[in-house]
Amino acid sequence: MPSLPDVMTPEIEKLAAAQAGQGASAPQDQTRDALFEWLLRTGDNALILGHRVSEWCGHAPALEEDIALANQALDLIGQCQLWLGLAGEVEGRGRSADNLAYLRDAGAFRNLLLVERPNGDFGHTLMRQFLFDAFHIELLDAAAASPDARIAEIAAKAKKEVAYHLERSADLVIRLGDGTAESHDRMQKALDALWSYTGEMFHDDAHDRALAEAGVIALPSSLRAAWDRTVGQVMAEATLRLPGDVWQHGLTGAGGGKRGVHSEHLGYILAEMQFLQRAYPGATW
Amino acid sequence: MYAQLVKSEGVKSRDEMSPEEIAFQERIDRGEKIEPKEWMPEGYRKTLIRQIGQHAHSEIVGQLPEGNWITRAPTLERKAILLAKVQDEAGHGLYLYSAAETLGVSRDELLERLHSGKMKYSSIFNYPTLTWADIGAVGWLVDGAAIMNQVPLQRTSYGPYSRAMIRICKEESFHQRQGYDIMMKMCAGTPEQKAMAQDALNRFWYPALMMFGPSDKDSVHSAQSMAWKIKMNTNDELRQKFVDQTVPQAEYLGLTIPDENLKWNEEKGGYDFSEPDWSEFFAVIAGNGPCNAERLGARVKAWEDGAWFREGLMAHAEKARSRRIAAE
Repeated sequence: MPSLPDVMTPEIEKLAAAQAGQGASAPQDQTRDALFEWLLRTGDNALILGHRVSEWCGHAPALEEDIALANQALDLIGQCQLWLGLAGEVEGRGRSADNLAYLRDAGAFRNLLLVERPNGDFGHTLMRQFLFDAFHIELLDAAAASPDARIAEIAAKAKKEVAYHLERSADLVIRLGDGTAESHDRMQKALDALWSYTGEMFHDDAHDRALAEAGVIALPSSLRAAWDRTVGQVMAEATLRLPGDVWQHGLTGAGGGKRGVHSEHLGYILAEMQFLQRAYPGATW
Repeated sequence: MYAQLVKSEGVKSRDEMSPEEIAFQERIDRGEKIEPKEWMPEGYRKTLIRQIGQHAHSEIVGQLPEGNWITRAPTLERKAILLAKVQDEAGHGLYLYSAAETLGVSRDELLERLHSGKMKYSSIFNYPTLTWADIGAVGWLVDGAAIMNQVPLQRTSYGPYSRAMIRICKEESFHQRQGYDIMMKMCAGTPEQKAMAQDALNRFWYPALMMFGPSDKDSVHSAQSMAWKIKMNTNDELRQKFVDQTVPQAEYLGLTIPDENLKWNEEKGGYDFSEPDWSEFFAVIAGNGPCNAERLGARVKAWEDGAWFREGLMAHAEKARSRRIAAE
């Protein structure tokens, strides 16, 4: 019988890296690997959040919301096509955006845990959107200043769309937080439930540091102050209480969406999303 | 064309009309548009509310069978196109509810009538979308049938309805093309894909024919609507036109229309074809189609679950208003 791996070793990270098609790399490849990783993270956030938002289609509480959510999902899917398309180019193994979206397993996905959280009630969906939008805009703002023209160009385009997403989600969070007792209560519950998934957005890892050192992308932790400001202002106006210093998922041990270790929810998202590509391999649609 | 079996009145002869009604009919006959604040017979107003309301409801219920495949669309591009299309449908619902509101009925009242079952939506949306090819078939056949009816309605007598229809037709034409494009890809694809496409045609053909409503000989409500230019063509005229247009498209795809009696009739310059099973149509309209309970249930649930959201926004607007007044 072959021996079992040492249970104390965080093999999971290596496994996740292997699933993403990466092995140990030479130093000169480190920036490229880190860039590939960052592009997957950014593209996967857009893809998975776009998927979640699109689940509302036809079920939103008002017709205007159906229209707005479809529009937002459309923006996010469009951004995902650009980011994953560039990821495929950077990787240089001939994988297209569709290949990356439809043919990777969960362990190779790099989205934040926040964006795969289930929709919950409409308040949850809006709060998740706001917390992410407030981060997304800072990320894109920084990326739009990247010396890598390919990144700067996509970020500049996406930024315009996300500015609108943020305006909308902030406005609704304020109006519902400061609405009826019930809407306030629902928004507070949503904030409390999602807060522990916000820390992962600002967590720096080796890939982030490699890119920051190469001057390509700003460190996630450097986006925190601006996010804190936006969130603080909006929550104050919404009369919602910030949860403060609570446990943050995805930062310790082997967990975290950025490292490919997801919640149970992602597997179901992919089972649905990838069904046709998996059931009819090689077919064109 | 999402209005079927719209209840209207028997057509009035000139002798039965009041002087106002005669003047109104003459305006319509001259091709003038009737605008919201102008005088109109009560029957004209009521029939339009039913028809536009039914059309609006069809657009929003119609989001559901297509929305059913957004999360499973096979490529990112197909997903984006389908999202854009379903978003358009919701937008059409919005124009149409707005057009209906100009006749003195609120969107909330119309939705209440939909949710309570008093108002209907097109029978077609009570059929399931079981495979990706169904998304192609819905665009090709369902939007194709809708266009048949909606293109003439751009010339309808009621101004707001006519203008809504002009915008809607532009988008529907794109929808039909995207549906046909899906079918072309599937028919040029693997044997499984082609079989899926044929199966979708088999299931959607007769329900699509039903979209035009019952045969003229059984359609008791048409005459007055046609005199008022609320309805521009008879059900059978449009159905014939649809079949004549669709058969060559199916041939091009290499698909077989599921009708043994389908045959070109040189004399009439159109195809002879089998009537759909009208007992099925009436069963679906009565609520017994494969998806009636799910479709209406989903809409009612969305509305009820969303009550706190709408109330929250109203409460905030009220608070903001009070604050503004206090500050002045």
